[in-house]
Amino acid sequence: MPGIAPPLLPLTLRDVVFEAGGKRILDGVSLTIDPGPRTLVMGPNGSGKSVLLRLCHGLLLPSAGTVGFSGPEYVNGRRRHAMVFQRPVMLRRSVLANVTYGLALAGVAISERTKIAGEALARAGIAHLALQPARVLSGGEQQRLALARAWALRPELLLLDEPTANLDPAATMAIESVIQAMHEAGTKVVMVTHNLGQAHRLGDEVVFLDGGRVAERAPVDVLLRSPASREAARFLEAELPWS
Amino acid sequence: MGDFAAASRAAVELLASGDPKLLEIVALSLQVSLSAALIASVIGLPLGAALAVSRFPGRRTLVVVTNALMGLPPVVVGLVVYLLLSRAGPLGELGLLFTPQAMVIAQSILVLPIVVALTRQAAEDAWAEYRDLLHSLGAAPLRSAVTLLWDIRHSLLTTVLAGFGRAAAEVGAVMIVGGNIDGVTRVMTTAIALETSKGDLPLALGLGTVLISVVVAVNAVAYLLREAAMRRYG
Ligand SMILES: Nc1ncnc2c1ncn2[C@@H]1O[C@H](COP(=O)(O)OP(=O)(O)O)[C@@H](O)[C@H]1O
Ligand SMILES: [Mg+2]
Repeated sequence: MPGIAPPLLPLTLRDVVFEAGGKRILDGVSLTIDPGPRTLVMGPNGSGKSVLLRLCHGLLLPSAGTVGFSGPEYVNGRRRHAMVFQRPVMLRRSVLANVTYGLALAGVAISERTKIAGEALARAGIAHLALQPARVLSGGEQQRLALARAWALRPELLLLDEPTANLDPAATMAIESVIQAMHEAGTKVVMVTHNLGQAHRLGDEVVFLDGGRVAERAPVDVLLRSPASREAARFLEAELPWS
Repeated sequence: MGDFAAASRAAVELLASGDPKLLEIVALSLQVSLSAALIASVIGLPLGAALAVSRFPGRRTLVVVTNALMGLPPVVVGLVVYLLLSRAGPLGELGLLFTPQAMVIAQSILVLPIVVALTRQAAEDAWAEYRDLLHSLGAAPLRSAVTLLWDIRHSLLTTVLAGFGRAAAEVGAVMIVGGNIDGVTRVMTTAIALETSKGDLPLALGLGTVLISVVVAVNAVAYLLREAAMRRYG
């Protein structure tokens, strides 16, 4: 299906301003998100990373400027981009039903939902939890479910907001391998992360935000080794390099 | 104390013997209060859910008013419904005063704010949690509302039972609009009031025991359902 439709990407943000509660949270962001390389969004707390992702996903509308995909966002009733939130939202249903719910909304035939959902759960390594209530899972398992729910929808663009924040190393590894698999399957990954090690492992390029502006955009190696902007340099000094 | 012991013994005998008069009163009580809880739920559940997810000027005021109305004094509700249904009142033509239907109407009004307020609270909490995800997955407003109500169905059942408990235990409204007519509109609470004033303590105590059992059972069921739901769905 996506083959016939015009490509979704690039996603273009032009002079995007977002204001809320009397505060300017994004202050003139212009960006082009191309298909292919894994894009990381980094920056200090409160720099507007989550707001940026929400604007890309259409959960927020810019106060000024434009956010636009080059192709249609829906194909056959199915949204072509998906988002995984920092705090996963678990429906009061079973693990499996959390995935099939998304498939139902995407217009997938009822006869196919369980099979597709089962595959996604297996991919995320939580197939054995399919019949458990989602809300009693551990934090890492919930995040894997959130990824499986997004994966089942076969998005062309996946937006991830700190998917491994507050997770232990084992859970982090599991999540990272799912993200890597999605990348290899051709999904464009845009991910917010704080973790420098993760940035090395999972990133190709970094968009560095500071105070609601793009301070720097560079390949991961370049930005993490020799940042050109003072903002990124200050951020790297503060972060523990081995974390 | 001797009075109480004797009356208790008589009450137990009355209950054990399945006294038809007592059973009739219990049955009417349950019928009236369950009907009221049902009607209030049919109206109140969608209203509460709509109030939870909508944003309009005056919404906060409406929320505060709904919460305040949970404490409506039953006698005042009874008085207002009496005035509406009395022969000279706007709905006098219907001839409903001193019938079980009048009691159902009064108790429905009493229970409605409870259902609306508790539903709004539960739906609002769930909505705060679900909103981003439902938007992300592309759920239309109606679909979102249905998802929300379905996912909090256990809280809603508790809400309905709370409404029923309130109705079954009140005396002021049913007394005024029902008139406590023997065999027609006499329910547990009005019978207890009457029998106590007449000095027939065994019947009053027997009915009191049944009433407490019903209220305790309803609360226990509500509690257990919630517990089970929490365990299953978190
Ligand atoms: N809807 C909102 N209303 C008011 N302030 C907001 C809103 N969303 C985010 N903010 C504020 O905007 C700033 C950036 O938020 P966010 O994008 O979440 O930062 P982060 O880079 O840590 O993800 C923060 O100061 C936050 O408090
Ligand atoms: Mg954030």
